[in-house]
Amino acid sequence: MAILINAEHLSRYYGKHCAIKDVSFTLAQGEVLGFLGPNGAGKTTTMQILSGNLAPSSGRVEINGYDLQNQTNAAKRSLGYLPDTPPLYKDLSVQEFLYYCAQLHGIPKKAIVSAVIKAQERCGLMSVSHRLIANLSKGYQQRIGIAQAIIHNPDVILLDEPTVGLDPLQIREIRDLISELGRDHGIILSTHTLSEVQAVCTHVQIIHQGQLILKESIVHLNQQIDTASVLIGTRLKPDLTILSALNGVTSIESISDQHIKIHYRLTNNPTSRIIETIMSSGWELQELTPIKRSMEDIFITLTQNNDS
Amino acid sequence: MSMMILTIAAREFKSLFLSPLAWTVLAVLQTILAYIFLTQVETFNLLQPKLATIDSALGLADIVITPLYSNAGIILLLITPLLTMRLICEERRHKTLSLLLSAPVSNVDIILGKYLGLLSLLILAVLMITLMPLSLLSGGALDNGKLIANLIALLLLVTAFTATGLYMSTLASHPAVAAMGTFGILLLLWILDWSAGLQEQRSELFEYLSLLRHFQNIQSGLISSVDICYFILFTASFIILSIHSLANERLQK
Repeated sequence: MAILINAEHLSRYYGKHCAIKDVSFTLAQGEVLGFLGPNGAGKTTTMQILSGNLAPSSGRVEINGYDLQNQTNAAKRSLGYLPDTPPLYKDLSVQEFLYYCAQLHGIPKKAIVSAVIKAQERCGLMSVSHRLIANLSKGYQQRIGIAQAIIHNPDVILLDEPTVGLDPLQIREIRDLISELGRDHGIILSTHTLSEVQAVCTHVQIIHQGQLILKESIVHLNQQIDTASVLIGTRLKPDLTILSALNGVTSIESISDQHIKIHYRLTNNPTSRIIETIMSSGWELQELTPIKRSMEDIFITLTQNNDS
Repeated sequence: MSMMILTIAAREFKSLFLSPLAWTVLAVLQTILAYIFLTQVETFNLLQPKLATIDSALGLADIVITPLYSNAGIILLLITPLLTMRLICEERRHKTLSLLLSAPVSNVDIILGKYLGLLSLLILAVLMITLMPLSLLSGGALDNGKLIANLIALLLLVTAFTATGLYMSTLASHPAVAAMGTFGILLLLWILDWSAGLQEQRSELFEYLSLLRHFQNIQSGLISSVDICYFILFTASFIILSIHSLANERLQK
């Protein structure tokens, strides 16, 4: 597989604040890489660096074999980028806007019209093609943003939170589109929702406080995500040391005197043991709510894995 | 010239006409100058019999054309900052700049494209102003040399105005700041020459820097390389500064 993106030791400082630190990774053709992290983790900064919108403080990026710093235009020709806010000229119609994008990306004059039509078809924009962008809904504007990123059929597509603000149906359409594009392009997709990564990505990369803490294929990640959590309410204050000593419990957060959150391993589910302990100790179980697996759990797993 | 410059310039030019801004500017400019023009023609009609008796060298060109272009210069000094303020600044505010920055176009292409796009509008405005003195040809003879000198002077003036505005637009974070900054610089350079009247405070540097002085020199029909070079240097400096300022966009934030 051809290597499409090669990022080496990227760091970026805003004044003294370090946004990302020593980030290195590669992207191969046919990969859909999910860039996962909480807000402010450095996802957008990394995307801006990869797209050439922001110069890294140190490190280098190679796109399709071209150095982004020195062979800028050659590198950018292989690049389609959707920033976190879609860059749209709102006083143009969809068609006019995409025509301009095609020109900017140096598509030959004869091929522009067909490229515009193809991009509109792929993103479901045919019905609004003559309408002004300003009058379209956020969902459509997001799709126009994606259309401008793929109009020149680039090898690498960078999508910064492409499904934010869309309704569930649109999200599914966009995800289908991304999966389809992923077959013969390399895609990096940044998001803060785990389900999105699980739905469309082949690989996942987790960034936390500016540092990469994991790069894994989705299959491996699902094996790694071994934690789940449960919210427990009792009438009397439970003794946490007894509970945390139970086999399978990884950690306990105390929310209030009566409520605690227990993180545990899925492969060694301690729920029944927890219930038994609470009953036999006489703390009187009043509530037991399973909590959906979240990013937080993954972070806990990962940080614990790193520590051990 | 790169294709991309023309693409960006064409887009900029067309976008100007999508908002009422360009239409308003052309209409206001044309109305005010038409009024001035007609007043000057009237003045000439009153003066003509006297001028004929004293065998004066003053002609139609001096009484109608030169004041018309001087006033056009002043009005453009007020209007150009309002047109240039959006160029880069608004793209940055609306986050559309990343469309240009992630496309395979260089900073030089972006700056020159934006510059030429807006300059086209101002050249159009100058040409429309020129239609007024040309209309006099139907009723009499005109000093063509004077007219061409005035036309060149005003064209050079707007190239300088636009370059200044473009640079301020790359610096400012808000269009109003860009407009105010441009207006400040241009007005200062316009009046820098006023102290030249006071013999003791005369400064050759200030005289050289003054936009007004070079504008008037060319207007008078003395087209010298000093004045032309001044405008070329002036414009080129601000364009180069703009390109550097845009390159810094990637470094700071």
